[in-house]
Amino acid sequence: MAEKVLMKGNEAVAEAAIMAGCRHFFGYPITPQTELAAYMAKRMPKLGGTYLQAESEIAAINMVYGASAAGVRAMTSSSSPGLSLKSEGLSYLAGSDLPAVVVNIQRGGPGLGGIRPSQADYFHATRSTGHGDFHLIVLAPNTVQEMFDLTIEAFELADKYRVTAMVLGDGMLGQVMEPVDISRAGNITTFAKDWALTGTQGKRSKNIVNSLYLEAEELEMLNLKRYEKYAEVGKYARTDSYLTEDAEVIVVAYGICARIAKNAVNGARKKGVKAGLIRPITLWPFPKKQMKAAAATAKAFVVVEMSMGQMVEDVELSIRCSRPVILCSRTGGMVPTDEAVISAIMEADRTERS
Amino acid sequence: MSVTHELMIAGFGGQGVLFAGKILVYAGLLAGKEVSWLPSYGPEMRGGTANINVMISDTMIGSPIVTNPTMLVAMNQPSLEKFEKDVKKDGIILIDSTLIPAQVKRADVKTCYIPATKLAEDKGLKGLANMIMVGKVTKELGVFDLEVVKAATSKSVPERKQDLLASNLRAIEIGFNYMEG
Repeated sequence: MAEKVLMKGNEAVAEAAIMAGCRHFFGYPITPQTELAAYMAKRMPKLGGTYLQAESEIAAINMVYGASAAGVRAMTSSSSPGLSLKSEGLSYLAGSDLPAVVVNIQRGGPGLGGIRPSQADYFHATRSTGHGDFHLIVLAPNTVQEMFDLTIEAFELADKYRVTAMVLGDGMLGQVMEPVDISRAGNITTFAKDWALTGTQGKRSKNIVNSLYLEAEELEMLNLKRYEKYAEVGKYARTDSYLTEDAEVIVVAYGICARIAKNAVNGARKKGVKAGLIRPITLWPFPKKQMKAAAATAKAFVVVEMSMGQMVEDVELSIRCSRPVILCSRTGGMVPTDEAVISAIMEADRTERS
Repeated sequence: MSVTHELMIAGFGGQGVLFAGKILVYAGLLAGKEVSWLPSYGPEMRGGTANINVMISDTMIGSPIVTNPTMLVAMNQPSLEKFEKDVKKDGIILIDSTLIPAQVKRADVKTCYIPATKLAEDKGLKGLANMIMVGKVTKELGVFDLEVVKAATSKSVPERKQDLLASNLRAIEIGFNYMEG
């Protein structure tokens, strides 16, 4: 086995990006993701790469647009308020079919909010990251090892489908230090980017990267085509399951909440309740099929998240509200306790099987 | 039977509680354990209170948050006041008795009083009370040997500060060998 190294979640994302071949990072500091930018600032110059602290988050995302249009792997990272600023750029990236990786280490909101961990940007990430018809691929790690693994996957998926892939973490995942096996990086794919703006050398017709289409027919056609691509991406929807085989109460949680929920599932089992955990690893595409399959045997669901209740709506939609879904959440930077989740599981267990 | 040690190390920002936790986590890793290190972050790092949640376990770690520590290391009075009630029954509370005049009120926990700050000053190791505590924690935990902690420290002290390594190692030994009374 390869030797594991201790890394903060933020550092693991940065190292993974470097190993994935990213040599262009554009950022702007914000707690609790700053270690990511700091790591890049330290490493990039030594690798002949570019670390650039932009004048704002808006500038940073547009630099990603430029670098991506030139055909290189580019990345930016921020935390919640910074993502609001990046929204316009993310929409332009989508409209131009440019690959990019964006990291959001979420903190409490709205507004400047706080700096404690949060998952209140779920809607922003999966629904309205910017204006117009588009989606990001949203990956939700729950350990430092997954922060590493999923960042590499984000680069691969982004290039494969020419979309933005987001790694959605939270302040706690960014700050926690755990062992990471960085030898797991695996093979990095080189994608031919014949659409990139690399200079024609007088040998080919020019490429255009653009998101402005004034003819409605043309824009509609492009959007329809893009959604065919999204349908293809749908097959990547995936989950991690724990003790679900005989579960009567299914707990659904992602990121750090899934680890708290796992403790709670163990706690509930000790009290005689058949509880299990489904952890979405992709938030978009959302693992609808897995939820629907679970609803066939479970009598109730508990959703654990650090927001006023956002993913809970995707769970309800996926199972067409066929089972009661109880929300167990904290907001503003507070973190649910094992005990609170166990109570929610007990409450769900008392619901009558319909 | 799997064992999970849940440590809370708390003190003022600047006392080195985050570094102390890092050494312990690294030692745990070297000893083949599952580990996690979760700091308090933000404004408290700039001189207020700081605390670190450390987990060392035989099995995969669930949530890295320590709410009921099996061991509390209190480096100042507010930390003891804040976390004493949370320590698990039969847990351990280690106290820097130079900075904390109060006694632990609970009778259902083991208590160790170590004048870490004074010991450090007396031995010419000012600022290394945290490492004296690391030594004591190592002794009380019994999860890894003194040598493993020393190896973890050697790897954690950056190259440009290698001249400080010897004093760090000495501080750890002092804590490890400290006898009360």
